[in-house]
Amino acid sequence: MTDPITNPATPEACFGKEAVSLALADHAAVQGLAEYILDAKWDRKELTLTVAPENIVAACKAAQAAGYVFFEDVTGVDWYPAEPRFQLSYSLLSYKLKQRIRVVVRLNEGQSVASITGVWPAANFYEREVFDLFGVPFTGHPNLTRIMMPDNWKGHPLRKDYPVEGYR
Amino acid sequence: MSPIEELDEITAEDMKIPGVADVVRESVTHHKPHGSDPVSDQTMILNMGPQHPSTHGVLRLVIELDGETVISLAPDIGYLHTGIEKTCEAKFYAQVTPMTDRIDYLCPMTNNTAYALAVEKLLELEIPERAQYIRVLFNELTRIQSHLVWLGTHAMDIGALTVFLYCFREREALLRIFEAVSGQRMMTSFVRIGGVSLELPPGLLKDIRTFLADFPSKIAEYEGLLNGNPIWQSRLKDVGMLSAEDAIALGVSGPPMRASGIDFDVRRDMPYSGYEKFQFNVPVSNGCDVWARYLVRMDEMRESVKICLQALDGLPEGRIMADAPKIILPDREQMKTQMESLIHHFKIVTEGFAVPVGEATSSVEAPHGMMNYYVVSDGTAKPYRVHMRNADFANLQALETMCKGRLIADVVAVIGSIDVVLGAIDR
Repeated sequence: MTDPITNPATPEACFGKEAVSLALADHAAVQGLAEYILDAKWDRKELTLTVAPENIVAACKAAQAAGYVFFEDVTGVDWYPAEPRFQLSYSLLSYKLKQRIRVVVRLNEGQSVASITGVWPAANFYEREVFDLFGVPFTGHPNLTRIMMPDNWKGHPLRKDYPVEGYR
Repeated sequence: MSPIEELDEITAEDMKIPGVADVVRESVTHHKPHGSDPVSDQTMILNMGPQHPSTHGVLRLVIELDGETVISLAPDIGYLHTGIEKTCEAKFYAQVTPMTDRIDYLCPMTNNTAYALAVEKLLELEIPERAQYIRVLFNELTRIQSHLVWLGTHAMDIGALTVFLYCFREREALLRIFEAVSGQRMMTSFVRIGGVSLELPPGLLKDIRTFLADFPSKIAEYEGLLNGNPIWQSRLKDVGMLSAEDAIALGVSGPPMRASGIDFDVRRDMPYSGYEKFQFNVPVSNGCDVWARYLVRMDEMRESVKICLQALDGLPEGRIMADAPKIILPDREQMKTQMESLIHHFKIVTEGFAVPVGEATSSVEAPHGMMNYYVVSDGTAKPYRVHMRNADFANLQALETMCKGRLIADVVAVIGSIDVVLGAIDR
């Protein structure tokens, strides 16, 4: 068993950097998204595409045009103390292709990302959830307030440096 | 810091209990209802819930009304504070299974299955066919059980109390089956990573067959009480309209999505746990209203009976757990005779099992809609991140679209039609 203390979680340890392989060229999503993809990974029959934070809205629009019409969710992963600290995973589904892709954005603390509520209004609650629990701000969100915790709550509970029992 | 010192840390500000005026001011300032002047003589803010009988526990709706017409509606969630995703990160993989029961307490077996599938994907475990059939069987029984609670409470919200009592009578039979197989009525933890936890007790299959043989006549009984009832029809028909475009844009899944005419079901289109071996129809309706959602769910119960019967007929012999001694707890009998089994048991219980690095999403068709588990592993024995995507959270987002311009009495019917469980919405 790996010891979590001597082997801290880093994205590099968890996800090796791979180029877009030829095997992915057939994947419908890669065609429309190609210009935004920084990195692609085909692991356990799941496609993960990394895009730059400034391109997320364009990438989502391209994915939507490529048939991934259903926005499932967006959630965060905190890779503290690694940099960039936050990973946002957008899960998109195509009814027609019966496939799912994961679009990933990596962010530093304090960095914001554009809201995709203009592409899918469904992102509204999910972005508020990520903002509330991770403290990642979304620019252009119509109502970026806490959704789970009380408005005067201090801290963001799903961050790795937030104690399980809370501060109080 | 001792508990008494901690109490000293709490300031007067923390102890302040908001009065009615504060609650209303907070609703107005934080939820930004329609209109620039929050306290005009044209509209009124009404806080519906969290104790309203039709809000199923702890849902609070901030509704802006013009007379009795809904102008805007904002769900205010976050009352349970289970902290379930954070807690999962502090547990071993196997210890997360009982947590998943509690997130959506009406469909524990489906939650267990979704979580197990995600971890099995990370571990690349092969699941025995018998375990897959048992999973399918109990997933479908869970769907019937969850739909019975929905039908009973939905009908009760609208004023039909008899159906509530009838539905809970049949649900009781199902809970007895769950208890027989797992020892628990609601928090079953029956589906485990690698298979299912226990072999079916003798005589149970006969009990399930008896239930299934009887159940279609019960569905007919509910329909006999409701379908021709003029009050039921006028409260449901053309109420809570949700177009297919809105359903997709708002991330609606499950029966509300299929009642808006979108023909997609995870069981059929992206099969898991051997669903590709079963023959069943996916009920779809173009009605887009509360009535259509009612019809879709009633048909789903009939289809679930079909799937259960196929699972019973085709149930193969064999193991109920995968063959992976370092991940799966050994049999009790083996532990008494083999030192290695005892060591594996000790190590799995005390240290857990490490899961290879990576991330995996599983998706199942839960009674309320699409349920996804996103699990990230950093190679240790504890999940680095577990995210649960429950259909209820997104379906609740569509509530405003469905209720806008309708009367406040319709809000009650619409909440019932999305079958909301607050445990699945809070984190």
